[in-house]
Amino acid sequence: MSDALEELGTHLDLKRNDCVLGWEVSHGELNVTVALSNLVGFVDFLKTDANCLFNSLIDITAVDYPARAKRFDVVYHFLSMYQNHRIRLRVQVREDDMVPSIIGVHPSANWFEREVFDMFGILFSGHPDLRRILTDYGFRGHPLRKDFPTTGYTEVRYDEVQKRVVYEPVSLVQEYRQFDFMSPWEGADYILPGDDKAKEEAKG
Amino acid sequence: MMDGDIRVNTYDDGTTDALTGEQKIRNFNINFGPQHPAAHGVLRLVLELDGEIVERCDPHIGLLHRGTEKLMESRTYLQNLPYFDRLDYVAPMNQEHAWCLAIERLTNTPVPRRAQLIRVLYSEIGRILSHLLNVTTQAMDVGALTPPLWGFEEREKLMIFYERACGARLHAAYFRPGGVHQDLPDQLVEDIDTWAQAFPAVLDDIDGLLTENRIFKQRNADIGVVTEEEIQEWGFSGVMVRGSGLAWDLRRSQPYECYDEFEFQVPVGKNGDCYDRYLVRMEEMRQSTHIIRQACEKLRQEGGGDIMARGKMTPPTRHAMKTDMESLIHHFKLYTEGFHVPEGEVYACVEAPKGEFGVYLVADGTNRPYRAKLRAPGYLHLQAMDHICKGHQLADVSAIIGTMDVVFGEIDR
Repeated sequence: MSDALEELGTHLDLKRNDCVLGWEVSHGELNVTVALSNLVGFVDFLKTDANCLFNSLIDITAVDYPARAKRFDVVYHFLSMYQNHRIRLRVQVREDDMVPSIIGVHPSANWFEREVFDMFGILFSGHPDLRRILTDYGFRGHPLRKDFPTTGYTEVRYDEVQKRVVYEPVSLVQEYRQFDFMSPWEGADYILPGDDKAKEEAKG
Repeated sequence: MMDGDIRVNTYDDGTTDALTGEQKIRNFNINFGPQHPAAHGVLRLVLELDGEIVERCDPHIGLLHRGTEKLMESRTYLQNLPYFDRLDYVAPMNQEHAWCLAIERLTNTPVPRRAQLIRVLYSEIGRILSHLLNVTTQAMDVGALTPPLWGFEEREKLMIFYERACGARLHAAYFRPGGVHQDLPDQLVEDIDTWAQAFPAVLDDIDGLLTENRIFKQRNADIGVVTEEEIQEWGFSGVMVRGSGLAWDLRRSQPYECYDEFEFQVPVGKNGDCYDRYLVRMEEMRQSTHIIRQACEKLRQEGGGDIMARGKMTPPTRHAMKTDMESLIHHFKLYTEGFHVPEGEVYACVEAPKGEFGVYLVADGTNRPYRAKLRAPGYLHLQAMDHICKGHQLADVSAIIGTMDVVFGEIDR
């Protein structure tokens, strides 16, 4: 299985050298890093090329790395039912970049792109209907970004007096508990008072 | 004033009704759900109707959104496992399976033989649970009342098997990274086998009620036809693919666990309509029963054995924990800090009853997933609603939703 993927990776690299920035096979899966500007052309190539035939779009998602300059990884998974193999494409995206929509090639990308927009705030150019999909009507913020708190900002309840649902700023009875279970033996490098002296003595 | 129901009639000689200019004709928008019994949960469809014909169908989802993926990022790998029961709550263990496979692939953990067999056994029980619910309630959506009553009796028995294995009827948390939580008692294996022998007769009963039923056929045959191209375009999986004649089953084509040693057929439909999908589900239940019997036989023959890969990912035995200090520490650390998963990313998928259920897991070497994306088959199926429903009658919408087998636990996440 792994050999076939190696072969496929080399094939892609040779055929579409302008798109492929890098590729590797890990855990029995083929990962390809693609340039943002060539994404649609490459996805189309994957769909039509006889050696690839990646007809089914499995998934589109994103991963947030706030420390990086190119903050997001947009990740595409494809499957070929005819060749029986899978591929993962990765595109690095800045926060203000627009990602070209692949709806023209795979209509099933529609909801996935809406979800990525909803959860991460990544914009897709050429998407016909980029509305929020999973969050509430009128929701603000992008929940799966790492800087969005797990508790959110608002809470909802039914108000008996006004006879309707009202939104209020979230009020926590106690601080949101985020335990750090990392082992003190493996985690931080604690220096006990006197330890530094002991080293000096050993040297001297 | 009536509006939206005055149509232009064309007569044999080509003439049409004279318009006085007083009538105003426009399409009618209705809300289907979120509290419609045939919406199978909290689906809100905004339908644009031209008379009784669906012109446009806009599903509004997210009413059951619980932010599972966000919650998972702040919990340990083991604490995340029960969230998977709450995705497709009709067949909980199949989802857990995908999560366990993802972790096991990242950590290179071999699963003991007996645990693999138990997993296969319970995955197939999950498949029957899901198909029974789907086939019978879909029949109810199109007007039959008896099948759910018969089907739920069998589901009840299967739930009891769930309960006897793990203590919970629904939210099992039974599959664990590295194996399964508890061993099965011999009597339970016997009872499952006995049930599997009797079950085909019940299937024949439901078959007798529905398969040749005139109303059932009229409501399902040639409704919601899916072609091979549409499968690729819309990313379908599972029964939606097999109903259209493509023999694609992950258990067969990309075998995981020990499915490659089991003998089973992959049923396929011919026309790709709702009726064929019903037939495929019925046959899959028979095949699953066949697998269950094989798994019971193997469990019986191969006898005991460990049900967990012993190591840092799984708890020590109860006895060791009570007598050995190291094991006690290990137990404590496992259930507080949890285990660490090496850096990397992996996509693990299983053939869940509804299609390909996958987990894309990004691990950063700590005790929590950096990112976990749940790929639900129903999400893509529901997305194609607009495409499939266009041009159908309003009454067909509920038949189509029924055979798409959508469950909002997994779609809304």
